[in-house]
Amino acid sequence: MANFLLAAAVVVLTTVALGMIRVLRGPGAADRIMAAQLLGTGGIAVLLLLARAIPMPGVVDVALVLGLLAAFVSVAFVKAVGGPAPGDAERAGGE
Amino acid sequence: MSFIRDGLTIGAVAVGAFFFLAGMVGLLRFPDTLSRLHALSKADNLGLGLIVFGLLFQEDELFPALKLVGVWLLALLAGAIVAQLIARAAIRDRPSA
Repeated sequence: MANFLLAAAVVVLTTVALGMIRVLRGPGAADRIMAAQLLGTGGIAVLLLLARAIPMPGVVDVALVLGLLAAFVSVAFVKAVGGPAPGDAERAGGE
Repeated sequence: MSFIRDGLTIGAVAVGAFFFLAGMVGLLRFPDTLSRLHALSKADNLGLGLIVFGLLFQEDELFPALKLVGVWLLALLAGAIVAQLIARAAIRDRPSA
């Protein structure tokens, strides 16, 4: 079973690595950040598979942190490329 | 009994890995940003979901299994919010919107 899970982790990792081609090709910043988002989700999947295959249950915590940070990456990206927009939380109070 | 559990794990994890493959191909091959975002969401939600579902059959205790589900729920929540935000940024950047 551990061998199968390791093989699945390698498949997912290879897939995500190929997805990084989109970072090179672009064309827009949004396309590049989407490839990074795929890396985040794929990284979670790989870590969860490894946690069961090694076995080392603590790796699940690493996956949890990676998921949290991957979400912040995209939020930071959107805040960086775009100016203030309708619906922003900091505008709701009326600046 | 262990045979059935292993079989379910192998099936679900294999389908989950396939969804990651499909998401990657979509991300590389789809023509515009928003359809690529659509492909990415499939990989996020179904790929990770099926891998977590497969791994659940390998857990003997309740708490580690709930933690796996928690990781997936966090990814779902983050994916849903991030997809909206990226789509908004992509539409704003589109030349002739």
